Amino acid sequence: MSAVIQPGRVPGKATAPVTASGTRLAVRRFRRNRLAVVGLGVVAFFFLFCFVGPLVYSTDQTHTLLDQVNLAPSGSHWLGTDAVGHDVLGRLMYGGKVSLIVGLAAGVLATVIGTLWGAVAGYAGGWIDAVMMRVVDAGIAIPALFILLVVSAITTPDLTGLIVILGFVSWLVPSRLIRAETLSLKNRDYVLTLRAIGGTHGRAIIRHILPNSVSTIIVAATFQIADAILLVAYVSYLGLGVQPPSTDWGGMLSAGLTAAYSGYWWLIIPPGLAIILVVWAFNAIGDGLRDAFDVRGRG
Amino acid sequence: MTATQRPAAPQAGPILELDGLGVVFTTESGEVPAVRGVSLHVAPGETLALVGESGSGKSTIALAAMGLLTGNARATGSAVIAGTQVVGARESDLAALRGRTASMVFQEPATALDPLTRVGRQIAEVIRNHRDVSAKEAATEAVALLRKVGIPEPEKRAAAYPFQLSGGQRQRVVIAMAIANDPALLIADEPTTALDVTVQAEILDLLRRLAAETGTGVLLVTHNMGVVADFADRVAVMYHGEIVETGPVEDVLLRPSHDYTRRLLGAVPRLSVAEADKAAPAAAAEAPDTEPVAELRDVSVVFGRGKNAVRALDGVSLAVHPGQTLGLVGESGSGKSTASRVALGLIAPTSGTVSLFGTDLGRARSRARRALRAGIGVVLQDPVASLDARMTVGECVAEPLRVHQKGLSAKDRRSKVAAILDRVRLPRELADRAPRELSGGQRQRVSLARALVLEPRLLVADEPTSALDVSVQQAVLEVISELQDELGFACLFVSHDLAVVQHFAQRVVVLRGGRIQEQGPTGETLLHPETDYTRGLLAAVPVPDPVVQRGRRAERLAALAAGRTEVQA
Repeated sequence: MSAVIQPGRVPGKATAPVTASGTRLAVRRFRRNRLAVVGLGVVAFFFLFCFVGPLVYSTDQTHTLLDQVNLAPSGSHWLGTDAVGHDVLGRLMYGGKVSLIVGLAAGVLATVIGTLWGAVAGYAGGWIDAVMMRVVDAGIAIPALFILLVVSAITTPDLTGLIVILGFVSWLVPSRLIRAETLSLKNRDYVLTLRAIGGTHGRAIIRHILPNSVSTIIVAATFQIADAILLVAYVSYLGLGVQPPSTDWGGMLSAGLTAAYSGYWWLIIPPGLAIILVVWAFNAIGDGLRDAFDVRGRG
Repeated sequence: MTATQRPAAPQAGPILELDGLGVVFTTESGEVPAVRGVSLHVAPGETLALVGESGSGKSTIALAAMGLLTGNARATGSAVIAGTQVVGARESDLAALRGRTASMVFQEPATALDPLTRVGRQIAEVIRNHRDVSAKEAATEAVALLRKVGIPEPEKRAAAYPFQLSGGQRQRVVIAMAIANDPALLIADEPTTALDVTVQAEILDLLRRLAAETGTGVLLVTHNMGVVADFADRVAVMYHGEIVETGPVEDVLLRPSHDYTRRLLGAVPRLSVAEADKAAPAAAAEAPDTEPVAELRDVSVVFGRGKNAVRALDGVSLAVHPGQTLGLVGESGSGKSTASRVALGLIAPTSGTVSLFGTDLGRARSRARRALRAGIGVVLQDPVASLDARMTVGECVAEPLRVHQKGLSAKDRRSKVAAILDRVRLPRELADRAPRELSGGQRQRVSLARALVLEPRLLVADEPTSALDVSVQQAVLEVISELQDELGFACLFVSHDLAVVQHFAQRVVVLRGGRIQEQGPTGETLLHPETDYTRGLLAAVPVPDPVVQRGRRAERLAALAAGRTEVQA
């Protein structure tokens, strides 16, 4: 109806240089969020630590060395040893691998399931949407931990099993986000135009709705990864995660806790700190990505 | 209402005086000057219209004068309201000024009111912000104000929530709040842009009456030259953040001296009111005997069911013939967009039939229906939402080819895209750019290129130029009608702007509340309407000529008064 007045936007003058490089602008917005940049650094550090670290700092994580149990940090064992004689620094790398892989994979899996579920529900609308979203509501009403405990009581999952289980308990929140995004996108004029000239629903979803939801999906995935890492730690702490001799940060915490009263702090603080740092870092990255995408995504 | 408590306005001097006002916005790409060295003044009892196209800085001036600029804006120079310097003033001083000495009416009445507070209370709150009166007195005053702005049954309406009022009534409430403390200055930023023409005429009448009664100075910000002609005493024309021309309304609108003003006025589509200057294309005005490309027969559309059912269309029959433009006009809620969407097959009619190119859409199988749609092109209103921001311009234009001509090689597709971009007068290089790099007018031409790339037999255009500035609107309409001559497609043109339809369409259908009021050749129907509704609609359109407009206003008011006495008799 009306002439749109955007203060500070002189057509042809100001807009051209701003929008000429959308990606660079997004990067600049991300970099302005200091915490996000620090978060990115922390995540990069832990990946190097866990995957490259063992090549530099090689330790034996399979054999029990009963003559070297619960040693305090020293020159030969920087972070001491645990109750079965494993070097704690090396174990931190070894367990971190599991935490990161499971967290990353489960977070991505949850986002993929959630995206598909939410996009279909939002695009179909009507009773299909109603039924699909009531399923989500019901799922959210049941605590994830409860489901995990029940499943773990029935079977002892391996690495893949753990990923699948975690993925299937945490797709609910992303599905709601993507549904909301789809609802607004499916009534955009370009989708209406496409349908008016005879374009298919498939084309509308694949060419328009999913590409335009990418920023939401990426941000959601980042938060999901953080959640999944925390969830792996929970499960392992309760002794239901990966089984010894394999371990992860949650498992290390759990094992170390029995020794806590003896003053063996090096068994608890390093894995605890690692979990806190990585989860925080992924959350900070998610915040930064949201900053970077949000404004641009409005176009 | 007591006018005694009005703060003493300097009797001689202007109530608003801007001197060398400049505003700079700090954005991510650096400093952007929005307003440069603007000087103007508004005397008590005078209306100054600030006109210009989007981005000219006119709204920024209105906000700067009230000290309401956003955090990333910096004002320089001087803006004085009734002796108080606004630029650099403390927030507490400004708060005492706003709503008391000067108040503001915004464009969108739906967002200017708090949806959760009864309108009477909202008005009372404005009164009690500035004057020491009891809640009861303020409530009584609020009712008096509602009566003053012409709200029927003000005692009852004071207890209404904003959503229970129509758009025009809401704007009346906003005005009541603005005049609650008898301000000496009223700043109205596009006060009627969101409203239908008949409502716009009523609101302008109200503002004119209030300003005359109380001697309030008015700064009217608008892009609509008709509104300027109807309301303003003096006009200041803005272009790229600067005032290029100032003067009495007759001088500026009838004898513009600056080149830009002349161009701006030249681009405004004028409603022809007499046979003499009949500009409507006369050719093919009569319905030819050819088979219509699109036809709606006795179509009704009902949204919702049971108690909540809304009848959006009711027994609508219309036909678009080859090579012809059918204008579909009506106010908001008249069902004109619904009708166009039914023709496109996006909304299925509840009853009645729709045929495209002689085939009944309701009976066609989905594959056949899809094939039929290759013959349609669509242009919608919003230049931003019409193009997918994640695609390049070339990909947007090529999309219909990907849908209907799957066998086409990438090279052929590129050459077709380039050819159609030429036709809509866009440089071919734009194909690799992102839509967000384009201006609104360019985007609408991209939409048009996409609509025409399959060489359709029918173009459906739903308010294709309503979001554009007049000069851009003119260019886009020219391109459409040139291409129509060349390619010979039929056009279903939906618009609320009678002047545009008059220039553009051979036949016109007037819709009201989902029913057809009348239809016929544009020249006939819009010059000699048969129904009172169409007559009222036409009379409410302000023309950008202050002398003619004054006469039209008098006629319209006389007609309204006559109608009223007839009813009473």
